[in-house]
Amino acid sequence: MALKFTLLFLLVVCAAAAVRMKDLLGAVIMLCAYSLIMTLIWTLLNAVDVALTEAAVGAGIVTVLLIAALGRTGSREEDPPPSSLIPSAKQPADRHPSSLAVVRCALPLLAVLLTGALLVYGTLDMPDYSAPASPANLHVASRYITDSAPVTGIVNFVTAILTGYRGFDTFGETVVIFAAAVGALLILGKGGKK
Amino acid sequence: MSGRGCGGNLIIKTVSGFLIPFIQLFALYLAAHGDLGPGGGFQGGTIFAASLILYAIVFGLDEGREKVYEKAAGVMAAAGVLVFGGIGLLCMAAGGSFLQYSALLPGDVKTAYHLGIYGVEIGVGLAVAGALLLLFMKTAGSRDD
Repeated sequence: MALKFTLLFLLVVCAAAAVRMKDLLGAVIMLCAYSLIMTLIWTLLNAVDVALTEAAVGAGIVTVLLIAALGRTGSREEDPPPSSLIPSAKQPADRHPSSLAVVRCALPLLAVLLTGALLVYGTLDMPDYSAPASPANLHVASRYITDSAPVTGIVNFVTAILTGYRGFDTFGETVVIFAAAVGALLILGKGGKK
Repeated sequence: MSGRGCGGNLIIKTVSGFLIPFIQLFALYLAAHGDLGPGGGFQGGTIFAASLILYAIVFGLDEGREKVYEKAAGVMAAAGVLVFGGIGLLCMAAGGSFLQYSALLPGDVKTAYHLGIYGVEIGVGLAVAGALLLLFMKTAGSRDD
């Protein structure tokens, strides 16, 4: 339990650091660390297939693609223009905050706190994690667990679900990935033919 | 990126040169053993693409090789989708519905599932590896602007 909370805390720290950092390369590395921690959390939840995907995609490919994209842009975040809604620390107005600035700061904070409180209140009604009687586990899930290996001969029932029972969905996903590649090809231009 | 690589850092080059074959072996293992353990075509394809991208970053690619990479990646992505869809259509031709593997070998359902899922995983792996490689080549490849 303590391990899970430590990992979740580190997750929030990494996410906040990735958002706050001005050095974009550092932010990308922070996102990579975020994915690595997510991998550990998935493993703790016994979702090894998801953990493997998170490690390969989140910590691996996405980091590489973002670093590659940084090569095309700058690696530092530009300061927002002075007319921005977010009050910057450099602005002299901060020393004597007008009532308008206070409202601008307090209103989003209040909205976020309220939404967060509502969400936490919502989770109170949810069934316990992996409770056998929760509605999500009462429908077809038990049939997948008990029947998939004897019927299909596939030991790893995650694969049996993905490619067998839900093969059509997986086909759709593959086509989506292919379409993404084609889209990138169209936007970024076919190399050489100019 | 093209042509220069990592500025000739000996440590990075030696370690990557040693590791890349093992990364690719692991990727193929994952793609082939999706029905026995965690993993599958998606993870295997991603890691395979990562190994090729690692090679491209460390050793650099010259113009000609970049073209070959791009062409191969496009063909891989398209071939993957075709393999997946083809297996689905094969099931239909055998008298079942789309992706109903048991129609492939009417007598032996488990072997049919095994073969069908094996083929589908290879298709997914090819499509994912090709698409990711293509994305990388397009974002990091030599600037043709």
